[in-house]
Amino acid sequence: MIFAAVGTQFPFDRLIKIIDAVVADLNEPVLAQTLKGEYKPANITTVEVLPPAEFRKHFDEARVIVTHAGMGVILTAMEANKPVIVCPRNPEKGEILNEHQLATTARMREMGYVYVAEDEETMRKLLSDPDLKPLHHVGPTASESLVNDLTSFIDSL
Amino acid sequence: MESSTPRKRVFAMASQGGHWVQLMRIVPAFGDRYELMFCSTKADYASVVGSDRFVVTKHYTRRTAWRMLPVFVSAYKTIRRFRPDVILTTGAAPAIAVILAGKLLGVKSIWIDSVANAEHLSLSGRIARRIATRVYSQWPNIAKNSGVRYAGNIFG
Repeated sequence: MIFAAVGTQFPFDRLIKIIDAVVADLNEPVLAQTLKGEYKPANITTVEVLPPAEFRKHFDEARVIVTHAGMGVILTAMEANKPVIVCPRNPEKGEILNEHQLATTARMREMGYVYVAEDEETMRKLLSDPDLKPLHHVGPTASESLVNDLTSFIDSL
Repeated sequence: MESSTPRKRVFAMASQGGHWVQLMRIVPAFGDRYELMFCSTKADYASVVGSDRFVVTKHYTRRTAWRMLPVFVSAYKTIRRFRPDVILTTGAAPAIAVILAGKLLGVKSIWIDSVANAEHLSLSGRIARRIATRVYSQWPNIAKNSGVRYAGNIFG
């Protein structure tokens, strides 16, 4: 199963359209949390918003996660140790206010944390690979150094 | 910590989505070291942390900043009731109203800028620099350029 999610703020029709076109040739179910997008995909089961517990469950069940560059989905996918394909929202296409998703995606790609697909061809290549590997697994919590820095500050108050 | 010392009280706040997920990768690492109260813009999250230690607040973005007032008022009330030693937040815009209410009540605050800001501090983070007691970036280069603190990130 492929699970796609575009965050909780705005729909992201361009990404849903790309996935819809690609999976037409794949024999694999797709579930997407799309919010109130205008594009109605033919090959994808859509849901507007899932409650938190159910949302989390789909990460465990999915083979691969496709998302905008939202950290909620990316981190949850890394916790579940699933491959993540990111399509950042582009401000030039009116998909977001600024370029922070493009910048963050570039950094995460450099670090080797995520796959990036901004067009149909790249998305097809990635989704049709049955052995797509998770690139980065994270444990349940932040860096120990950050947690220690915070606790020593809070304890000093 | 000696058992006779009362636990510090932490008011942990984040708006929905990635900001909340980042907060949830930090606060659970404290174990039961602190007494906690959580706050978010999404009521569903009460089920994640327990409704007895969760308060919901309104959401706003920089496009709807006029909605800051109700967030400020509810934060002011909650902070006065819970009397935290510190407010800990991972953003976004609604957290500005929360740390501002805290500041007026003499409560210190820690702002951790979202990891999704990999090039420069978020706009809210830049505002937080004037209000919060301590500001972190999760990227060393930004911390250096913006004069804020770096100690790691939520990736772990």
